[in-house]
Amino acid sequence: MALPKVLSRSEDTRKQRTQLIKKTQEGLKVGPNQRSAETTPVVRYRGVKKSFGEVEVLKGIDLDIMPGEKVAVIGPSGSGKTTLARLLMTLERPSGGIIEVEGEPLYHKRVGEGLVPADERHIARVRSKIGMVFQHFNLFPHRTVLQNVTEAPIHVKKMPRRLAEEKARAMLEKVGLIEHIDKYPGQLSGGQKQRVAIARALVMEPKIMLFDEPTSALDPELVGEVLAVIKEIAEKGDMAMMLITHEMQFAREVADRVLFTDGGKIVEQGTPEEIFEHPKSERLQAFLARFRNGFGGGSQ
Amino acid sequence: MTSLETLISLLPTLMKGLVVTLEVFLLGSVVAAVLAFIAGLMRLSKFRIVRFLAAFYVEFFRGTSLLIQLFWIFYVLPFFGLDLSALTAGVLALGLNYGAYGSEVVRSAILSVPRGQTEAAIALNMSPVLRFRRIILPQAWPLMIPPFGNLFIELLKGTSLVSLITLSDLTFQAMSLRTTVSKLEIPIFALLLIIYFVIAYAVTLVMRALEKKATVGRA
Repeated sequence: MALPKVLSRSEDTRKQRTQLIKKTQEGLKVGPNQRSAETTPVVRYRGVKKSFGEVEVLKGIDLDIMPGEKVAVIGPSGSGKTTLARLLMTLERPSGGIIEVEGEPLYHKRVGEGLVPADERHIARVRSKIGMVFQHFNLFPHRTVLQNVTEAPIHVKKMPRRLAEEKARAMLEKVGLIEHIDKYPGQLSGGQKQRVAIARALVMEPKIMLFDEPTSALDPELVGEVLAVIKEIAEKGDMAMMLITHEMQFAREVADRVLFTDGGKIVEQGTPEEIFEHPKSERLQAFLARFRNGFGGGSQ
Repeated sequence: MTSLETLISLLPTLMKGLVVTLEVFLLGSVVAAVLAFIAGLMRLSKFRIVRFLAAFYVEFFRGTSLLIQLFWIFYVLPFFGLDLSALTAGVLALGLNYGAYGSEVVRSAILSVPRGQTEAAIALNMSPVLRFRRIILPQAWPLMIPPFGNLFIELLKGTSLVSLITLSDLTFQAMSLRTTVSKLEIPIFALLLIIYFVIAYAVTLVMRALEKKATVGRA
């Protein structure tokens, strides 16, 4: 039943990192008050719930993501995995629970011992630590590739234009698009668009980057180039990542930890090996079996 | 047959009217555009009362006739102590009326910018003002231009009604020429037709140029 074992170039470093993260997570268990600064999770969900009308899509999520940790989220459509990311990006408001970013509540402000709903300014400040790449790219069609990437540094971070352009060029070089910087998004392929979107999010230097099914809207032959870029970022960067994906092989290669969500809950989590080779829950076993039978689309 | 000289003799009077027509048209268009934006944005407000006020304005001015609005502003408001010049009244009535229609153009153009654009802007931590100014408006604007072109042409034709509140516009001058110079109905009204058409066509060309400029680079 095992997926073919593929060792990525960074397998060793990834294992080291996994161990480190495991240690810090064990460290966490001693209790929140003894947490030192270096073990503060970059993101923490505590009892997070979300309903759309009558439908409860998240039924109480508890999750810590450590600095630099790469977490893949898999699960059937409608299992709430996208909502998990959208709540963190403040695109939806949670119906209950607390989300913390580097120990600071995202939607709340601490007042004495209690928490009160935060204003937009507080949310904006905390949000600056989060970046997101969307399934449908959402590039700005009225701006060139370069302008897409410099828009936020110049107008949000108030970076001098020359510096912003310098950084944007470096980032576009990294994703292999330096020769397209004066084109408009309409002139690019899907894979190129998504790489611009990645550069645009990266240039803001978030502490955690959310990838919401970044290859689901791509033609099959363009999936590889985007996954390669994400993988490279994952291997180099100390930025945490939440990867919502249907690319099982990719999740296996890149993630330190894999979460399986179903029915609005995290049903099972563990290392890629644990999840893909020794799935415990029936639901995960059934889900993986469906993929193996070719319903999920392959990777690369 | 009318000679070229008689045609030319009609022109100075018509030109005087043309100046008034253009004045009412341009000022009315500015007022209409400003009101269209204000009311259009108000209709997208998250506050119910703001949305209601804008909706009331829009429905009221769309639902009553321009002519009657002109009469109210010019002949009735003085009884309430608001005495406006004919030009002000004409500009105001046209602006209010077409601004109401225009607000729907603004509203629907803004709504037709995909939700993903706002989400991408939020993910880049752009403030609501920044999102609107740098992301939403530049994409909504090209969608507004063609329907605004229609409205401006409608507004131009609507200016002929201001002759009924004592303004000596193009239509008024044509009518007075008809009564002072005999047997020249055909050339007078032919000229009238042509002049309105030329202005309307100029509006079309300007809007086309604006649209081209607004969509540079987009596939």
